[in-house]
Amino acid sequence: MEPILETKGLSCVYSKGTPFEHKALIDVDFKVYPGEYIGIIGHTGSGKSTLIQHLNGLLKPTGGKVLLHGQDIWVNAKETRKARFKVGLVFQYPEYQLFEETVYKDISFGPKNMKLPPDEIDRRVHQSAYFAGLTDDQLQKSPFELSGGQKRRVAIAGVIAMEPEVLILDEPTAGLDPIGRESIMQNIRNYHDAKNATIIIVSHSMEDMARVADRIVVVNDGRLPLEGSPSEVFRHGEALRSMGLSTPQLTQVFELLKARGLDVDDNIYTMEEAKAALLALSERRNG
Amino acid sequence: MLKDITLGQFFPGHSFIHKLDPRTKLICVVLYIVALFNAVGLLTYGLMFLVLTLCVSISKVGVKALVRGMKPVIVILVFTGLLNLFYTTGGTVLVSLGILTITTEGVKHAFFMIIRILMLISGTFLLTYTTSPIALTDGLELLLNPLKKVKVPVHDLAMMMSIALRFIPTLIEETDKIMSAQKARGADFENGSLLEKAKAMVPLLVPLFVSAFRRADELATAMECRCYHGGEGRTRLKKLSFHTGDIIALIFFVALTVAVIVLGRFFAL
Repeated sequence: MEPILETKGLSCVYSKGTPFEHKALIDVDFKVYPGEYIGIIGHTGSGKSTLIQHLNGLLKPTGGKVLLHGQDIWVNAKETRKARFKVGLVFQYPEYQLFEETVYKDISFGPKNMKLPPDEIDRRVHQSAYFAGLTDDQLQKSPFELSGGQKRRVAIAGVIAMEPEVLILDEPTAGLDPIGRESIMQNIRNYHDAKNATIIIVSHSMEDMARVADRIVVVNDGRLPLEGSPSEVFRHGEALRSMGLSTPQLTQVFELLKARGLDVDDNIYTMEEAKAALLALSERRNG
Repeated sequence: MLKDITLGQFFPGHSFIHKLDPRTKLICVVLYIVALFNAVGLLTYGLMFLVLTLCVSISKVGVKALVRGMKPVIVILVFTGLLNLFYTTGGTVLVSLGILTITTEGVKHAFFMIIRILMLISGTFLLTYTTSPIALTDGLELLLNPLKKVKVPVHDLAMMMSIALRFIPTLIEETDKIMSAQKARGADFENGSLLEKAKAMVPLLVPLFVSAFRRADELATAMECRCYHGGEGRTRLKKLSFHTGDIIALIFFVALTVAVIVLGRFFAL
């Protein structure tokens, strides 16, 4: 299958030629296939945010290329702008970028910039509000009247309204309560399923990543040392810990159980797997 | 792009100038400016330039940093240069184009005016490059202390100034972030007519104002939580004190100012 989005030898150097020179990305080859649900993990300052800002042309690579459908997004200004609409990026704490009088107007900012006809804009606003979990009566409110969690939904809807083929979210659940987190993750999952959109999520929650991602990419010191399915990545517990990351808490529990001599598998990443493993263990003991 | 702004930036260091008391540096800069505005002709400007070069080399800030700071004032320089060039009368006429005439006096005036502005900026930049904003406002507060007698809220003014200086980099960072976020939604800050460009600023300015007010609110709460109640009875962590170096610097700059004024009177070259 052809990758929808691809980086070839992507490098990024900040403050080049000064004493503050810093290599944020070093020769990164990264492929995204249509319909994938990708999780990006990495400690603070590892280069995750720099990487995702290259994917929609907000940052210009110091070296290498970013290809969207095999086309370099930096050949001319038109392609770059097109890439920004096709690859939607929701920043961290996106609620701070709201500015319009009403939620409706704020969500329509992206589609308006795309120069879409009014009825298409209207359709998109309602649909993205639905995917972000907003009700119709909230659309006419001022975004500044809403709670923090609702503001975040407005900001996410604002990006979804551009109907990007690839939706990138930088820690979409940071600072939310457990119910809010769960419901936003579910909203993103619904959007993925309904539109067959490609999703890239940056997260610090290993639990969420183990549960939702098809593929996990680890960023460390500007490189991608590990990638693969959750079970492939979380098998490398030691390597992850050396990069300031960890395995999901459940996996840690099973790693400890195994270390204590219990006959369990330590490749357990989700609640369902854990339940099955424990039931099997008790059956083996009783039987 | 926005990070390149060097206005009021502080370069930490351990040079003689870094170690001077901020009050000394403030007074010296004032004396330097007085001297600069009394300079006339090559001799006095030469003397001023010598002093500036000496200070820059002692401070170890580097000429590059100073030149980088000049970028924003280029427009002002060109403007004043042209005005002085065309509107100064006297001397022999060099070029005459309709209403515009260039005279020898005009060339001289324009030249010295540009030099004066450049040296003025260099001197004040040297102050902010070698003095941390906190030290600077502390020094200013102490220097203005006598004004408290006439009910000027010196402490409050100094506190406002240090908070403002402290938040410049934060706001620049915030602007960068919001700009990226709106660009990701297709906002275009670079192209279009002047009106379109002005309109494009709305999605940037509204969130920026909102966050500035939020920050101010949070800061006020944080200060109250630590029992801040103005300058009354407030003591300092770092007490400022004058040393031999300060006395030398002060004497040097007083001498410079007197010398420039006197030389300017008698040897106006």
